[in-house]
Amino acid sequence: MEKKIRVLVAKVGLDGHDRGAKVLARFLRDSGFEVIYTGLHRTPQEVAMAAVDEDVDVVGISLHSGAHLALVPKVVNYIREYGGNPDEMLILVGGVIPTDDIVELKKMGVDEVFIPGTPISEIVEFIKKKLPEKRKKK
Amino acid sequence: MNAEEVVEGLLSGNRRALARAITYVENEYPESKEIMKHIFPKTGRAHVVGLTGFPGVGKSTLVSKLTEEFRRRGKKVGIIAIDPGSPFTGGALLGDRLRLDGMDSRKALWTDPGIFFRSMSSRGRAGGLAAKTGDVVRLLDAFGFDVILVETVGAGQSEVDIIEVADTSVVVMMPETGDEIQVNKAGILEIGDIYVVNKADLGGAEKVERWLKYMLSLDEESVQMLSQMTHADEAKVASGEFFERRKGWSPPVIKTVADRGEGIKKLADAIEEHFEYMKKSGLIEKRRRERVKRELFEIVMNDVIKLVKEKTNYRDLIMKLLKGETDPYTAAEQIVEEVIQNAGKG
Ligand code: B12
Ligand SMILES: Nc1nc2c(ncn2[C@@H]2O[C@H](COP(=O)(O)OP(=O)(O)O)[C@@H](O)[C@H]2O)c(=O)[nH]1
Ligand SMILES: [Mg+2]
Repeated sequence: MEKKIRVLVAKVGLDGHDRGAKVLARFLRDSGFEVIYTGLHRTPQEVAMAAVDEDVDVVGISLHSGAHLALVPKVVNYIREYGGNPDEMLILVGGVIPTDDIVELKKMGVDEVFIPGTPISEIVEFIKKKLPEKRKKK
Repeated sequence: MNAEEVVEGLLSGNRRALARAITYVENEYPESKEIMKHIFPKTGRAHVVGLTGFPGVGKSTLVSKLTEEFRRRGKKVGIIAIDPGSPFTGGALLGDRLRLDGMDSRKALWTDPGIFFRSMSSRGRAGGLAAKTGDVVRLLDAFGFDVILVETVGAGQSEVDIIEVADTSVVVMMPETGDEIQVNKAGILEIGDIYVVNKADLGGAEKVERWLKYMLSLDEESVQMLSQMTHADEAKVASGEFFERRKGWSPPVIKTVADRGEGIKKLADAIEEHFEYMKKSGLIEKRRRERVKRELFEIVMNDVIKLVKEKTNYRDLIMKLLKGETDPYTAAEQIVEEVIQNAGKG
C-alpha cells in the first residue's frame, strides 16, 4: 500500500486570518492528502507536538501577523525537542511574509514560502515533487 | 526507525516511537507484523471506550472534556479520532483535533505528556472505523494509556464496528436527530452501553431521553419475559447476541452540554462503572474473546488469500469461470485443495 501523505496545517500565535489556511486544507484534501488542521491561536509547542504525534510528512504554518521570524524557528526547535526530526519533514510557511524574510526563514530550515496570490495547485505540485527528495536524503 | 527500535522506544515511553508505530501499522508496512508480535503481550490493561453518533452531535467535544476529566482522575488518555476519507481522491480532512480544548486551561491538553491524540482517516471504509483501528488501540494500550477513547466517523448508518474494539460503547445523540424514528434506527438500541443526549441546552433533550429510556426498558422487559418462558431456546434467540453482550447492565441515559462541560463527571462515572461491571460480571472476557477470535480470523484470512495468490492457479480458474466451464463453488474447492497440497512446499 502506498503511504498516504499527511499534512499539518497550523495557525500559530495571535493571528485570526484563517481563510487561507482553511482554503488550503480543503484543496489539499481534494488533492488526495490527509490533512490535519489545528484551528486558530496555537502555540509553537502545541503545533510541534501535534506534528510529532500525528507523524506528519509536511508541517504547514500559516502566518499573517508579522511574527513569523520569532514563531517559525520555535516550531522547528520544539519538533526536535519532542523527538521528531524536522529534516525528514517538509516545512512550509504561507501568508503575509515580506520578501527579505523569506531568505531568513529558509536559513531556519523552511523548505519554501508561499505568499498571497500563490495558486494552491503550485503548493500541491511542490509537495509532490519535494517530499520524495526529502525522504531520500534522510 | 526499524521495527526493533520502534518496539523498544514504544515500550519505554517514547512518543515518537509510538507515532511511528502507528504510521507503520496504518500503512501496512512490512515492519508492522514484527511490531504487533512484540507488543501484543503488553496489551489488555487499558479500558477502551468508543464514542459513536451522527456527525455534529458533539463526539469530539465530549472526547475533549472526557479527556480532561480522566486526567483529573489521574488517568493517562490515548485518543483515536476517525474521520471519513474519500474513496475517490484518497484525501481526508481530519478535524477532530480542533476540538481538543479543556475547560480549565485549553493549552494543557495539546502538550500534556499524559495525552496522545491521533487522527485517522477511514480511507473509504464503511462501518465507522479505519481498517487498522484495532491494532492502533493495541499500540496505545502497550504504551501504557489507562483509557483509550475511540471516536468513530459518525456516518450515520449502523456503525456497529465500534462494539468490536470497545469495552464500553457510548452512543451520542442530540435533540434534533432524536425523534422516535432515529432512536429505532439501525442497531442504535443494541450497541450502546451508555447513551448520551448531548446539546441538552438546545431544548427537546427530555423528549429524546424519555424515548431512549422507554425503548431500552421495552427491550429489557421483553428479554426478561422471554427468559421466563418455557421454551428456553426461543428466549435465547429473541434476546440475541447483542443483549447477551451487556447482560445485567441497564444502559444509563445521560444528558450533557459538552461545550460547557455539563454532565461530564456523570458520564465519566458511568464509563468507569461500566468497566467495573464488565470485570466483575466476567462479561469483559466474553467480549475480548470474541474480539481476539475475530482478529485472528482476519489475519488468517489475509494470510490464506496471500497463499492462494502465490501458490495456486487461481487465474486459470477465473478464466474458466468466465467461460462458464466451472462454477465458483467447485473452483473454490479446487483452490483449497491446491493450497493444502502446496502450502508446505517452499
Ligand atoms: C481578509 C483579511 C482580514 C479578515 C480575516 C478573516 C479571516 N477569518 O481570515 C479580518 C477582517 C478579520 C482581518 C483582520 C485583521 N487584519 Co487582515 N487582512 C485580510 C486580507 C484583506 C485578506 C486575507 C485573506 O483572507 N486572503 C485570502 C487567502 C486565501 O489568502 P492567504 O491567507 O494569503 O493565503 C494564501 C497564501 O498566503 C498561502 N498560504 C496562506 N497560509 C498558508 C499556509 C501554508 C502551509 C501554505 C503552504 C500556504 C499558505 O496560500 C494561500 C493561497 O494563495 C489581508 C490582505 C491581503 N491581501 O493578504 C489583510 C491583512 C492580512 N490583514 C492585516 C491586518 C493588519 C489585520 C488587522 C490587524 C487589522 C486591525 N488593525 O484590526 C486585523 C487582525 C485580526 C487578527 N485577529 O489577526 C495585514 C497584515 C499586515 C502584516 N502582517 O504585516 C494585511 C496584510 C492587510 C495589510 N495590507 O495591511 N483581516
Ligand atoms: N449547543 C451546543 N453545541 C454543542 C454542544 N457540544 C458540542 N457542540 C457544538 O457542536 C458542533 C459539533 O461538535 P463536534 O464535537 O465536532 O461533533 P462531532 O462531529 O460529533 O465530533 C461544534 O460546533 C460544537 O461546538 C452542546 O452541548 N451544546
Ligand atoms: Mg468529530
